[in-house]
Amino acid sequence: MADTKYTQEHEWLRVDGDVGTIGITQYAQEQLGDVVFVDVPQAGRKVAKGEACAVVESVKAASDIYAPVSGEVVEANAALADTPGDVNAEPMGKGWFFKIKLSDKGELSGLMDEAAYNDFVKSLG
Amino acid sequence: MGDSLKRTPLYDLHRELGARLVPFAGYEMPVQYPTGILAEHAQTRTAAGLFDVSHMGQVRLTAKPGQNVAKAIEALVPGDIAGLQPGQQRYTQLTNDDGGILDDLMITSTGDHLLMVFNAACKEADLAHVQKHLAATCEIEPMFSRGLLALQGPQASQVLARLAPQVASMKFMTGAFFVIDGARCYITRSGYTGGDGFEISTPADATDAIARKLLAQPEVKPIGLGARDSLRLEAGLCLYGHDIDTTTTPIEAGLLWSIGKERRTQGGFPGAAVIQKQIAEGAPRKRVGLLPEGKAIAREGAEIAIGAKTVGKVTSGGFAPTLGRAVAMGYVERAHSANGTKVDLVVRGKPVPAEIVPMPFVKHAYYRG
Repeated sequence: MADTKYTQEHEWLRVDGDVGTIGITQYAQEQLGDVVFVDVPQAGRKVAKGEACAVVESVKAASDIYAPVSGEVVEANAALADTPGDVNAEPMGKGWFFKIKLSDKGELSGLMDEAAYNDFVKSLG
Repeated sequence: MGDSLKRTPLYDLHRELGARLVPFAGYEMPVQYPTGILAEHAQTRTAAGLFDVSHMGQVRLTAKPGQNVAKAIEALVPGDIAGLQPGQQRYTQLTNDDGGILDDLMITSTGDHLLMVFNAACKEADLAHVQKHLAATCEIEPMFSRGLLALQGPQASQVLARLAPQVASMKFMTGAFFVIDGARCYITRSGYTGGDGFEISTPADATDAIARKLLAQPEVKPIGLGARDSLRLEAGLCLYGHDIDTTTTPIEAGLLWSIGKERRTQGGFPGAAVIQKQIAEGAPRKRVGLLPEGKAIAREGAEIAIGAKTVGKVTSGGFAPTLGRAVAMGYVERAHSANGTKVDLVVRGKPVPAEIVPMPFVKHAYYRG
């Protein structure tokens, strides 16, 4: 059973074994508006927790995406190059950004679960 | 001045329509409605979109007895205003003594008056500037509480003609008075999208009813500032404070076409010496269109480089929905400004190959009769 965690930067991380899939939340895509380009990291890139490693461009602005955990990028969602709107349509489904092989599963304990994230979003008003 | 944001006469309507409101030039303005910027952009390019631009500064100028209002304003702008026939409109700039641009504006002659429309962020400073220089010769009436609606798109004319039939025969850059819904409005056939359309100046208390009447037409949807920006970028139009400002001259900005032919030789506007020299010898840099390869978007502030040498800077860049690709504009040194020149746009530290291209990116579709 995959376990989904969330960050205060509105990324989600779905962990299956030692690989986590990363994307942005429904709240994030609503705030961004229409996504027109996603710059995803190359497979093989090593990223540290909190490192800016992807960029999502909406019509209005570019936003950094931060690695929720440390590890090595094992796959990027190549389909987003042609259909960036997937991020708006299915932010937690086919709009995923990249997959990462976790180097320290202990970092997961610092992330929010769904209930905590929902409370966090509510606190933003 | 407190921190509170001002509201246009359409504030309640924006809320009802579910707009996302953001602070803009001291106003609470809709950046987009629930359908989103891409849908709003397409709506304006294919049907008709209604924009609230009431935050812009409308000012009426009238000659004092024995004075000539057009001659008076020509002391502040390089445009040919004296040559405007009643009902004609002109795009021009308020320049400073260095030839820089204090603001860009539309001036329309009604015969009895000149109507000016300033950018929202500049309107108080512009008004003070005009008062300082023209108070002796002109009556200067700020009409900042009036509404201003822009109805833009290929179906704008057929829509507005249901409310004011004579608008259908108006040509681009002309204006006239109309009564809509019992309110006296001034309509010009102009806009900021590169397409056909109208701007409708309305009495404050009639603005909401007229906007609702327009939105009730099947071809019309409300459009926010987000799509206003992507539409004007595709049309290659300058955004004040970004593509033009006090450090850029009209010649550098590629706005020579807006300077009257006689005025180029006769001068008589602030910064004329600088501008005339640039007309004669060429400006040190030019505003150019940029077409990046691939999907990356070069935004305002991105460096323009040739090899290791920086030759300019992007002043506006974004996704052009009509083209489905990124476009940009910026300033480059004149020696590197020719169409077809290959440059790099530095996006997040990485060079993105791009080519200097003519603007507009999307062909203008003005109605010239």
